[in-house]
Amino acid sequence: MKIHEFQAKAILTEYGAPVPRGEVVTTPLEAGRAAERLEGAVVLKAQIHAGGRGKAGGIISASSPQEAEGLAGRLIGARLVTQQTGPDGKVVKRILVEEQVAVSRELYAGVALDYRAAQPVIMVSAAGGMEIEEIAAADPDSITRVAIDPAIRLQPFHVRRLVSGLGLPLSAQRAASDLLSALYRVFQEKDCSLVEINPLVVTNEGRLLALDAKLNIDDNALFRHPDLSALRDPDEELPLEVEASKYGLNYIKLNGTVGCMVNGAGLAMATMDLVKLVGGEPANFLDVGGGASAEQIERAFRILVSDQSVHAVFINIFGGILRCDRLAEGVIRAARSLHVTWPIVLRMEGTNVDQGKRMLAESGLHFITADGMQEGAERAVKAARRQNIDGC
Amino acid sequence: MSILVDQQTRVVVQGITGKEGTFHAMACRAYGTRVVAGVTPGKGGVCHEGIPVFDTVREAVDREGVDTALIFVPAAFAADAILEAIDATVPLVVCITEGIPILDMVRVTRVLRGSKTRLVGPNCPGIISPGKAKVGIMPGHIHTSGSIGVISRSGTLTYEAVNQLTRLGLGQSTCIGIGGDPIIGTSFIDCLALFEADRATDAVLMIGEIGGMAEEEAAAFVEGHITKPIIAYIAGLAAPPERRMGHAGAIISGGKGTAMEKIGALQRAGITVVRNPAEIGAGVKNALS
Repeated sequence: MKIHEFQAKAILTEYGAPVPRGEVVTTPLEAGRAAERLEGAVVLKAQIHAGGRGKAGGIISASSPQEAEGLAGRLIGARLVTQQTGPDGKVVKRILVEEQVAVSRELYAGVALDYRAAQPVIMVSAAGGMEIEEIAAADPDSITRVAIDPAIRLQPFHVRRLVSGLGLPLSAQRAASDLLSALYRVFQEKDCSLVEINPLVVTNEGRLLALDAKLNIDDNALFRHPDLSALRDPDEELPLEVEASKYGLNYIKLNGTVGCMVNGAGLAMATMDLVKLVGGEPANFLDVGGGASAEQIERAFRILVSDQSVHAVFINIFGGILRCDRLAEGVIRAARSLHVTWPIVLRMEGTNVDQGKRMLAESGLHFITADGMQEGAERAVKAARRQNIDGC
Repeated sequence: MSILVDQQTRVVVQGITGKEGTFHAMACRAYGTRVVAGVTPGKGGVCHEGIPVFDTVREAVDREGVDTALIFVPAAFAADAILEAIDATVPLVVCITEGIPILDMVRVTRVLRGSKTRLVGPNCPGIISPGKAKVGIMPGHIHTSGSIGVISRSGTLTYEAVNQLTRLGLGQSTCIGIGGDPIIGTSFIDCLALFEADRATDAVLMIGEIGGMAEEEAAAFVEGHITKPIIAYIAGLAAPPERRMGHAGAIISGGKGTAMEKIGALQRAGITVVRNPAEIGAGVKNALS
């Protein structure tokens, strides 16, 4: 799960890591008042879950409260398109108003997981401001990586190696040690998959500050962090995806016309690939899981058909735990209550498949059945194409 | 022969009194697997569906001589269940549970290294040696015994592929679901080495997907280590970047882990890659003829 910069900075503050003074606001008036309280020049930062805000005009300086109010008026409600938002961009609902600091150096600090070694890795670089991947490409020697053995955890010698990698003057070294230790504690205690301070800056006065902060949390660990779960911002997710997650369904919207409903993530990906291979475009990824109930199937169906770009639905189920009769029950119920007019292509295999097929045939509804994945995908793509022409 | 599990395997099911644990313990037993014990803390001493239940894995090992643990414990407690099985020196631990926090798996992996235990999973369908033993949640009836070894990061996609193999008369020696998480106990490489040494296995089918580097590492390992033919399928050609496709490990991140990269690496290592998921069985058959 991603959280906003201001939320990440609040967590860092809790752990004693220094961040610029600032306030989160939702209106231009509040932005002006916040700037007044902060005194002096401020920076307005759009709070959206995407990087590349600076280049997209989402981070602006203001020299007075009046200017802050005026600029905030333009930023709040604007649709910001960055390299990470996709072409639709994201609407700015909140901005972070922060004191402007005079920066003498930009550095990088982050904690991530090395999946292969199954260890957390702390990374620092004296070259900040760029993405870590860019730093790695442009100046790999500037990066110091320290892997932390989970059995011994973070030790003072780890921190000394990292601090020396930053090449800081003696006066800033103590602050850097404290900050790196805090980052690691946040990573561990908040079950993060990433903690990133980029840039970490040294101000003209020699202070160390986390100018930006990115914190991603492991979704699987949210059950033990109700406080972090509360930071989820549904505005940052597509409504259909939020709806799906409520029912334990895994749905990702794509750009095609063939709606896919599959049990199991691997088979769902393979089904999308096959739709593409036979000349169609999948409208979504939808995994109903191994043991979906008739109700979940019905919910999944509702989500599929509320996507306006869907012209045909391809249901591909390999019933192991999920029985085909249960699937058929859910599909019939959904098709009846939703008065679906789209062609529905069904391919079922596995437990109770004959019973499932009989239920479909006796339902009085029109389903196109297919014997294998290939036939199913071909029929669905053909149906979607025909539907598209009829609709024109 | 087969690898990892067979008629001699003695299984303890951790979490046996839960709904999932009960259902699958029964299905494994019905398949012919020796399910000789269950563990549910606080329920030690009861007999569940004819299977003795213990409070701890240690007791199950001492009393019933189990050599394999099958875990259905909920995600919040699954790491503890794996650590308990490692501590009881169970040689093979198969963890079905999905959704274990990644930092829990960091600790588990640290303990696993240097232990006497092999972990398969988590977030996997388990292992089956057709006709001998089923230690997992896969539908047993689609499998048939034979000489193809199957290794997969997926569940239902594996059933699809196995079903295709069986229909073409290609039986399987052992099918292993290694799991869809970014940190797992047993890799493609580990399984390839086991199949290479297994006399009953003539060829190996690898089913991979986007995310991580496991397929690329396997491709690098094949040269010089594996002489048997390998056929591979990679799911996720149509997957968008930076989105987690159901499995925690299935994500193209920072341009890394794409299906095309994996297919390229596998092909350069001389592995036959099937592009169409409906033709995985046919692809194996062609490669062997």
